[in-house]
Amino acid sequence: MTTLSLRAVRGRFHVPLKLTVGVSVVAWLVAWFTEAPLSDWLTFSVLGLERGSHFGEAIAFFLLDVPKVLLLLLGIITVVTLIRGFFPPEKVRTALAGRGTVAGSVTAAGFGIVTPFCSCSAVPLFIGFVEAGIPLGVTFAFLISSPMVNEVALVLLWGLFGPGIALVYMAAGLTVAIIGGLVIGKLGMERYVEDYVWALQGKGGTAIEIHLTWEDRIRDAWAYTRDLVRRIMPYLLIGIGIGALIHGYAPTDLVAAIGGRSNPFAVPIVVLIALPLYSNAAGTIPIVQALLGKGMPMGTTLAFMMAITAISLPEFVILKRVIKPPLIATFAAIVTIGILLVGYLFNFLIHTP
Amino acid sequence: MRTIEVLGPGCDNCVRLEANAREAVALAGVEADVVKVTDPREIVAHGIMSTPGLVIDGRIRSYGRIPSAADIARWLAEA
Repeated sequence: MTTLSLRAVRGRFHVPLKLTVGVSVVAWLVAWFTEAPLSDWLTFSVLGLERGSHFGEAIAFFLLDVPKVLLLLLGIITVVTLIRGFFPPEKVRTALAGRGTVAGSVTAAGFGIVTPFCSCSAVPLFIGFVEAGIPLGVTFAFLISSPMVNEVALVLLWGLFGPGIALVYMAAGLTVAIIGGLVIGKLGMERYVEDYVWALQGKGGTAIEIHLTWEDRIRDAWAYTRDLVRRIMPYLLIGIGIGALIHGYAPTDLVAAIGGRSNPFAVPIVVLIALPLYSNAAGTIPIVQALLGKGMPMGTTLAFMMAITAISLPEFVILKRVIKPPLIATFAAIVTIGILLVGYLFNFLIHTP
Repeated sequence: MRTIEVLGPGCDNCVRLEANAREAVALAGVEADVVKVTDPREIVAHGIMSTPGLVIDGRIRSYGRIPSAADIARWLAEA
């Protein structure tokens, strides 16, 4: 009886799925292309705010950014999650097993872009990689790349700054991950991995591949996206609010004095500020957008973003279950140095007006 | 008596999967134990790295996603 009623429920779901997807895509496109003129009209015609005034510009920024960022997140993360579903860590592990440190680190960093990773999976992932005989450096290349080159950061960077910046960010993140992996590999820190982890080597199972239908995948991706957006919404609103205030009120000189090219400590300062903001990329990107508009150089901006996504204090605490403090410290130091170098390098290379 | 194991260190996703599993037990009208497996060694022994994982009567049914209560109930009804 239960099977029957369940089948009826699933049967009813099948027909509307294609329709739901089609309608959603059309609605998304319409919203995307009408959002900017609508928010402009709302700010300056309906609310009657003055163009160029501090308050008017701040409100315009807020009303333009909230729907824009929401649309970006909902649309693109659903698609990205759908794609990511095809690259689970279990598959990545198979692809990495048997590779040397150099080829392995490059491949692992690349997989970091498409492989989903949540810090609560960090421990099983670490054990799983070591257990399959993947070199330590390669494992760390993945652990650096996966959170740093994450979908939320990339999508927002792409949508708010354009594809160029997003690609630069991705390239810089991959470079830090690859070099970090190579350095940790060279340092020979295997003795700082907990003994019980080594004892497991070659003893783990291989998960069978489970067939998922497109319906499963689409439902999963949508559920994940809805959940993510709901969770980061408060940070996003606060972030866009602060961004709006900066956009409307902060004098350009102030931003330039603190975060500008002339301040040699700007890069380490923003990295320090980023420490407690871990994994809140969604809330901070609108702030960063406003700061960049006020003259903060690109390298400083990138360093800020990377520090937020890649330096996660809770993750370090979680990793203590599998690795000893000297290796955690080395991991943190390499990531931090890498980010600082990226900051200084891009400040040197890109001259933002 | 059936056994449902929820594999994961105890983050939000694992809690949600456990809730779905309990709902599925009621939905399918079977008797089943819902057990949480939090030891990463045991999780990896199943070959699973992306949590949460779901094992029903020793067979891996899903990992790295949260199947709905209806899906889990269907798996319970199958075997």
